[in-house]
Amino acid sequence: MPEGRSPILELQGITKSFGGVEALRGVDFALYAGEIHGLVGENGAGKSTLMKIIAGVHPEYSGRFLVDGKETRFRSARDAHAAGIAMVHQELSVAPDLSVAENVFLGNQPTSRLGLVQWRRMAREAGEQLARFGIDVDPMTRLGDLPIGLQQLIEIARVLFSGARIVILDEPTSALSPPEVERLFATLRRLRDEGTGIVFISHFIEDILRVSDTVTVFRNGRKVAETAASATTKGALIEAMIGRGGEALEHSYTDDLMLPRSDGGPVVLKVDQLSLARSLQDVSFEARSGEVLGIYGFMGCGQQELSRILFGKLKPDSGTLVVDGAPKSFASTAAARRAGVALVPESRRAMLFHQEPVYKNISISILDRISAMLLKPAQERDIAKRQVEQLQIRPPVVGLDLGMLSGGNQQKVALAKWLTYPPRLLVLCEPTRGMDVGAKNDVINIVRDLRAKGLAIIVLSTEPETVLSLADRILVLKRGAVVREFKNEPVSKDRLLEAA
Amino acid sequence: MASSEAVSGAARRPRGVGSFLRSQMRNIAPFLTLIFLSLFFAFASPSFATLDNLGNILTQVSVTGVIAVGLTFVILCAEIDLSIASIANVTGIAVAYFTVQESYVNIANVPLPGAVAILLALLLCAALGLVNALGLTVIGIPSFIMTLAMMQIAAGISALLVRGQIAYKVPDLITTLGSGSIGGIPWIVIVAAVMLLAGHLVLTYTRFGRYVYMVGGNREAAEYSGLNVKLILGVVMVISAVCSGIGGMLGVAHFGSAQQNEFDTYLLDSIAAVVVGGTSLFGGRGGIGNTIVGLFVLGVLNNGLDHVNIDSFLKILIRGLILLAALIINVYAQRLREKAAE
Repeated sequence: MPEGRSPILELQGITKSFGGVEALRGVDFALYAGEIHGLVGENGAGKSTLMKIIAGVHPEYSGRFLVDGKETRFRSARDAHAAGIAMVHQELSVAPDLSVAENVFLGNQPTSRLGLVQWRRMAREAGEQLARFGIDVDPMTRLGDLPIGLQQLIEIARVLFSGARIVILDEPTSALSPPEVERLFATLRRLRDEGTGIVFISHFIEDILRVSDTVTVFRNGRKVAETAASATTKGALIEAMIGRGGEALEHSYTDDLMLPRSDGGPVVLKVDQLSLARSLQDVSFEARSGEVLGIYGFMGCGQQELSRILFGKLKPDSGTLVVDGAPKSFASTAAARRAGVALVPESRRAMLFHQEPVYKNISISILDRISAMLLKPAQERDIAKRQVEQLQIRPPVVGLDLGMLSGGNQQKVALAKWLTYPPRLLVLCEPTRGMDVGAKNDVINIVRDLRAKGLAIIVLSTEPETVLSLADRILVLKRGAVVREFKNEPVSKDRLLEAA
Repeated sequence: MASSEAVSGAARRPRGVGSFLRSQMRNIAPFLTLIFLSLFFAFASPSFATLDNLGNILTQVSVTGVIAVGLTFVILCAEIDLSIASIANVTGIAVAYFTVQESYVNIANVPLPGAVAILLALLLCAALGLVNALGLTVIGIPSFIMTLAMMQIAAGISALLVRGQIAYKVPDLITTLGSGSIGGIPWIVIVAAVMLLAGHLVLTYTRFGRYVYMVGGNREAAEYSGLNVKLILGVVMVISAVCSGIGGMLGVAHFGSAQQNEFDTYLLDSIAAVVVGGTSLFGGRGGIGNTIVGLFVLGVLNNGLDHVNIDSFLKILIRGLILLAALIINVYAQRLREKAAE
């Protein structure tokens, strides 16, 4: 940490809660010019929330926020931008239908005196900027036609070269190849030497140690450690991240986990040569009753598309699905549901009704089995009560609007929807993302119970821990293709990352 | 630790009186508006607050009410149907088209039994609704644009059927329901009440009604819950067209004639009734109860302005302003609710 200088950005006692759940509790944070500040912590520890406050995405919080020593409060991302703060979000936020050059200059295209866009100048300057970054593409290509990794690099380049003096990168390397990561780091170092303050969030702890000057560790919404990168080790950071009693988890980073020998029960789902333009290439696999199949890969590897195809939301270009021996081509999600397939997507918002009570959320998927035409609210509530009890959803009030529940409990409701009449195949996307340790364990136990009941379960995740903690067999998906299968063999986080 | 537990517990406990009122704003505001308007006109004009005039108001809002039943379903799904007035018009014209007219009216003049004429007219509006449904769900045209096209198509069919003439005869059943009365109560009011009640029962007590609310509340979530969202939306568009058609047939009997552009004002009136009543334009909130309040607000306003001798040109402006106020409340109520949920 540079001594004797005042930080360009300083936060004091920041507290932020979502619907009664505290995501940040009295966090202090300082960033200096010419510093790369690494942030680590488990999912849901509060890193992204803090960064979104800095970037003006969450305008409501308590605590002090100083830029250049002056107290400020951003009302919107635009305010933050005006103050010279730019952020690369975890999710790609590019305009795939615009050209590379337009994406690089999104919002501030070079214009002539008449206000007309100067296309040639824009293309030339975009090409120059990207070349500095080591990217060699025709600036007039449609961005969506490029591979995901390149799209992410272009988005990062846009933010880095936007002239911001504070740059926040939230998991920027998840879709990048090793040489691309190297180029990114070289650029970050150069910007740092030019005086930019950079915040770098990653779950690749080696990366954090390699590129950062200072490292801050978050756990359960609190800052638990801040240290110079040169004065710490991977082991120390992991220990700080997971706290005492987390030894088992710590070992999972390096130690091998032995996948079981059993082959599971009969085949429930057979996927053959599934392809979808630019997302999936000839994906084939089987899912068996009483087995959890983990599918791991970086963001943008095609997991999301795969899960949507299984649930009839997307149509593949080619390939076949066979469920319980019968070939299926789902015309709608309703058809998939009738065939015994259930999906819990990665975004809870996408499958829950926040303004409706818990019981209506639970009963919606099975309403046609409870009632022919007239509703039976009493029965709905009974079913919901049973699920709430079984899954220990808190508070246990089925009449409460779903929005009042914490994220972890909402996730349990998302599962509960499918459990009264269990499906044959349950597809879970990122089932434990953003949950605290307790809720995570609950979900893991629920999934194990379901496996014991003979469901075929597929868990798709970009987080190695999630796959490792749940799966009996693991497929690694890379750029839309299955590149590795782990079964009856030792596996670790390092091995997974290596395969992807 | 114990204290922080208690605090977050309190924060999660749903509502005090204030937050309850805030979440119910969309139901309360229209009701207050209705009471305010009624009181205002009662004081402003001695002829307003009479039993006779109440009958007038009820009769005046009946056709709008019948059309608004279907539109409530559509708006609850966060869609819109701009073809309601045109479909009402073409259905009213169709039922006259299949009825023998006076000799000087030169249209089809097919001697069909009244029941058949009514059935054909109903089939026509259902078919037009089906076209809306297919355009929206299969092709994927936004309902705003699809029904805008249908508005023109239905008007075109109307024009072809009557060719600028006016038809007067409709089947006896329609004449009775549209302009007759029983025990002093106009049949048209009874029909509107029955349809509103039926709409309410369907929305509140049937599985389909629940689906409508859920699709409107979060369409993506409905799809991820394995509902056949397209089917639900399609059915809703057909319901809307059929309600419009029934409203159109009754209206023709009520006015005593069937002609082009007869229902033009009903588009705005029906949308206004649903929205002023507090049904959310974003879907998932509201219902027939809200629509009934909205109908009364509109009815009292239209009727009351006649009683206070106001410049009839100003009347249009006032209606527009009231609609704007309702829209503001509608959007604002949604925001308050979302905040309460967060």
